[in-house]
Amino acid sequence: MKNSESAENEGLLVRRIKNGTVIDHIDSGEALNVVKILGITGTTQEALSIATNVQSRNMGKKDIVKLTNRELSKEEVDRIALISPRATINIIRNYKVFEKKGVEIPTLIEGLVRCPNPGCISNTHEPIRSKFRVLPNGLHCIYCDWVITRDITSHII
Amino acid sequence: MHHIISIGDFDRNGIDRLLDHAGQIDRKKYDSNALGGKILAVLFFEPSTRTRLSFESAIARLGGTSLSVGSVEACSMAKGETLADTVRVVSGYADAIVIRHPKEGAARLAAEFSTVPVINAGDGAGQHPSQTLLDLYTIRQSMPIDNIDIALIGDLRYGRTAHSLASALSLYNARLHTISPKGLELPATLSEQLTEKGMEIIEHDSISDIIREVDVLYVTRIQRERFPDSASYFNVASSYRITPELLADAKKHLIVLHPLPRVDEIDPRVDSLPHARYFEQSRNGVPVRMAMLMQVMQ
Repeated sequence: MKNSESAENEGLLVRRIKNGTVIDHIDSGEALNVVKILGITGTTQEALSIATNVQSRNMGKKDIVKLTNRELSKEEVDRIALISPRATINIIRNYKVFEKKGVEIPTLIEGLVRCPNPGCISNTHEPIRSKFRVLPNGLHCIYCDWVITRDITSHII
Repeated sequence: MHHIISIGDFDRNGIDRLLDHAGQIDRKKYDSNALGGKILAVLFFEPSTRTRLSFESAIARLGGTSLSVGSVEACSMAKGETLADTVRVVSGYADAIVIRHPKEGAARLAAEFSTVPVINAGDGAGQHPSQTLLDLYTIRQSMPIDNIDIALIGDLRYGRTAHSLASALSLYNARLHTISPKGLELPATLSEQLTEKGMEIIEHDSISDIIREVDVLYVTRIQRERFPDSASYFNVASSYRITPELLADAKKHLIVLHPLPRVDEIDPRVDSLPHARYFEQSRNGVPVRMAMLMQVMQ
């Protein structure tokens, strides 16, 4: 918890959590998008803390997200890699780091990004979720072959 | 279960094998009851003449039968049924489905919900693999496909046949020359993908610039509705027209292909020249689609 402590030392109201998940080393300015990707906006009943533009020795500035009483699965957190590949995930149990892991870019993402092609079948009332293959040059819609090469966050559903 | 959704689903060997098989069929070396008792559902949600009839001809020549709905208005899609539900239902009635739909990716979706093989017969501006296979087959009748110089002419932005063919030709080390009106150029994402695969793509302003160099002219229709008025359409269309005078400078073995229907792109006087292969190309749809049906239904 050394990194998040640095945030607290600066006087930010990001307290240690007893149980839950701390997502650290998020690229500066991306914390809200991380929360959006994880689908934990508004609807969660648990305390959610967000710190942005926190000083970081390695990154210059970084963002941090803390979510109490919920341990995020690998599948959930790997989606974060799309916008913040250096993020680290700390699973906290009884104030201690129980598990620490990085994020890996998934090979396929479902239901996260809307295809920008208005002619794509995934933008109709069909009972499917969008599906994108993650390729080096961007996200490739498996239905219409459209490739999103930049500004992925603006396409998040 | 084997579906044919995109030409990208094939590797070079897969294409060559299928074209070899189509060649055998063309030489009448096939069992005319190979698909006896099998039923092909023909789900066309867009107008079609050649593709639809040639698939129906293909299944009939192999001893099978086909089912189809008359038009979109006559089927339950008109009542708001999803394509997913339609496909689930129809796959209970047939042994394979061939589908044409205005939305890109519709055939991929159909394959997800179908319990029988699906063949894509064109999805919006997306893929049209059976057309590409018959295009390649027609080229191969005249020359080896490897290392050809081919000119794609016309609407290269929205023309799905040109996109699929260009992708397939990247497997054959072909050199691509493109000639298209402003605003109807090959999409940048496709050009980048093809260039990454090592394909050389050269843009030209006029057909006469390259008529001496190329082995194949692949002509596509420029749609009138892409232009603000008839005058600007005719102005553009006339400069992309293939005429006997233009072909006078061509290589002797050059062939002219067109997925048809043509409107003004090819002068009817070209029809009688040895370069003209577009009607043969259309006829080749039957043996190629017979090979495709055997591949997925046997």
